Amino acid sequence: MTELLKAAFKVDYPGFKLDIDLQLPASGITVVFGPSGSGKTTLLRCLAGLEKSGKMELAGQVLQDENISIPVNLRAIGMVFQESRLFPHLKVRENLLYGYKRTPLNSRRLHLEDIGRVLSLEKLQERSIDKLSGGEKQRVALGRALLTSPKLLLMDEPLAALDAQRKTEIIPFIRKVEKELSIPIIYVTHSMSEVLQLVDTMVILKDGKVVKYGPVGKVFSDIQLRESIGDEHSGAVLNTRVLEHDTSYGITRLDFMGQELSVPIQDISPGQVLRVHIHSKDVSLATQPPEGLTSVLNILKTKVKKIGENIGYSVDIELDAGRPLLATITRKSLSNLNLRPGQSVYAYIKAIRMVNEKL
Amino acid sequence: MGVSSLDVGPIWLTLQLAGITVMILLTLGTPIAWWLAHTNSKMRVGIEAVVALPLVLPPTVLGFYLLILLGPNGWVGGPIQAIIGSPLSFTFSGLLFASTLYSLPFVVQPLQSNFESIGNTPLETAASLGASRWDAFFSVILPLSRRGYLTATVLGFAHTLGEFGVVLMVGGNIPGKTKVISIEIYDRVEVMEYTQAHMLSAGLLLFSFLVLLLVYSINKKLPVHVS
Repeated sequence: MTELLKAAFKVDYPGFKLDIDLQLPASGITVVFGPSGSGKTTLLRCLAGLEKSGKMELAGQVLQDENISIPVNLRAIGMVFQESRLFPHLKVRENLLYGYKRTPLNSRRLHLEDIGRVLSLEKLQERSIDKLSGGEKQRVALGRALLTSPKLLLMDEPLAALDAQRKTEIIPFIRKVEKELSIPIIYVTHSMSEVLQLVDTMVILKDGKVVKYGPVGKVFSDIQLRESIGDEHSGAVLNTRVLEHDTSYGITRLDFMGQELSVPIQDISPGQVLRVHIHSKDVSLATQPPEGLTSVLNILKTKVKKIGENIGYSVDIELDAGRPLLATITRKSLSNLNLRPGQSVYAYIKAIRMVNEKL
Repeated sequence: MGVSSLDVGPIWLTLQLAGITVMILLTLGTPIAWWLAHTNSKMRVGIEAVVALPLVLPPTVLGFYLLILLGPNGWVGGPIQAIIGSPLSFTFSGLLFASTLYSLPFVVQPLQSNFESIGNTPLETAASLGASRWDAFFSVILPLSRRGYLTATVLGFAHTLGEFGVVLMVGGNIPGKTKVISIEIYDRVEVMEYTQAHMLSAGLLLFSFLVLLLVYSINKKLPVHVS
């Protein structure tokens, strides 16, 4: 049975409201996504116990309700913030051990050596905080939180202050934490590209309310969420399985729900999962099967599931290819093709982006 | 005339008074400053104004009220007299009481702005790492407050060192009990003993300068913690 995180919070500040009721799997990585001001940070503060409100239950243990309110320091919930918030008067090693020393002996599951290895912190231990780079600081902050052996790890835009290169440095560590230490993570962000490779469950927040939540494949390609996710990322996130590598053409063949996709050759062994992102603007539709030759390699047989609202000259079409897929076409094409829900269409995929999950 | 006639009594008494006052003020000022820095209470502005009163009041006004308060018929002096047999006015304890009130803003204000600049974040971070509030205060807030405490200590000490009006009103001029340097200087000038007045004044001037020099150089070396 999967453990659950149940949370129901109501916060009412002047000019801002948070009103949510969620049940999330207490495993894997849950990304809470939304524009700034949507209540992401407040939600995280509620989960951490920094705002006393509502109810919360983690893996069967009530942390907060009408009668109970376990204080922050006894919750065993780790936090990593946008700024590292390391203690400047302590060295790296003392920072790392700050929470460890305050964790009861019998709850300590993670130790300095393990965390040092997983996060590559061995060489930093004697340094003072102001001698660390931004990426190193975030790794130390992550390590410090993990050394409290938390039952849940909350991350509030931990990569927002880092440049692109540092981000790609840290992301594998976050995945590793979840996989190797099996600590569930709730990760708050407004940047989708940052977390495409991390997200298992997705929660979309807007104006203090949950718009939608569920497994990423489902939530991500919901056309009604287009506005919340943002144009640049709208599309589908699909898990595929590597079939084989065709070295003569330099391509890797992927299996996606019984159909086949080809991408530039990937350094992943056959049988492994590869996550790809297909932008809705890179998908064209045709009602006829491809006759003769086309330069498009990837064509999926799909069904029209939902037709989005007409906004401007283009329209989003939600397709069912075993998993949801999204296409953006012009309104003129929609009327030319005379598309209706349930109709079979061929999706011509012009570009596939790899969401690299390899460590 | 000469060095031999210079009484070290007032100097020693002054240092004792300033030292003990600062210790009381740091103990008392920390919770007050902490409360002022963190509370949302409506009482806050009122308390802030009361703490700042000694900054604007003429020392004689404060001294006058304290004299009445500490005297045999005062709210404080009366009960004290009933217990120990003498009132607080014209005693060293009375001076301590007065100095503590008089120098309160010089300790509370730097501590308050120090706590405000540190903010809530380190506390919350420490709590998320399993530290209780007391634990977090001693293991994180205090070490981050070194500059604030240094400033508060020096200002409190220096200000007590130099007070005159309140001391004269409350303590009088009793050698060995309430006669501090500032009053001794006044006395010497009154009787035209300028040499002694010079020595004491120059000593106080030099001492104050050296202390401030020390503080500023330590302050420069202490790391600035920006959270």
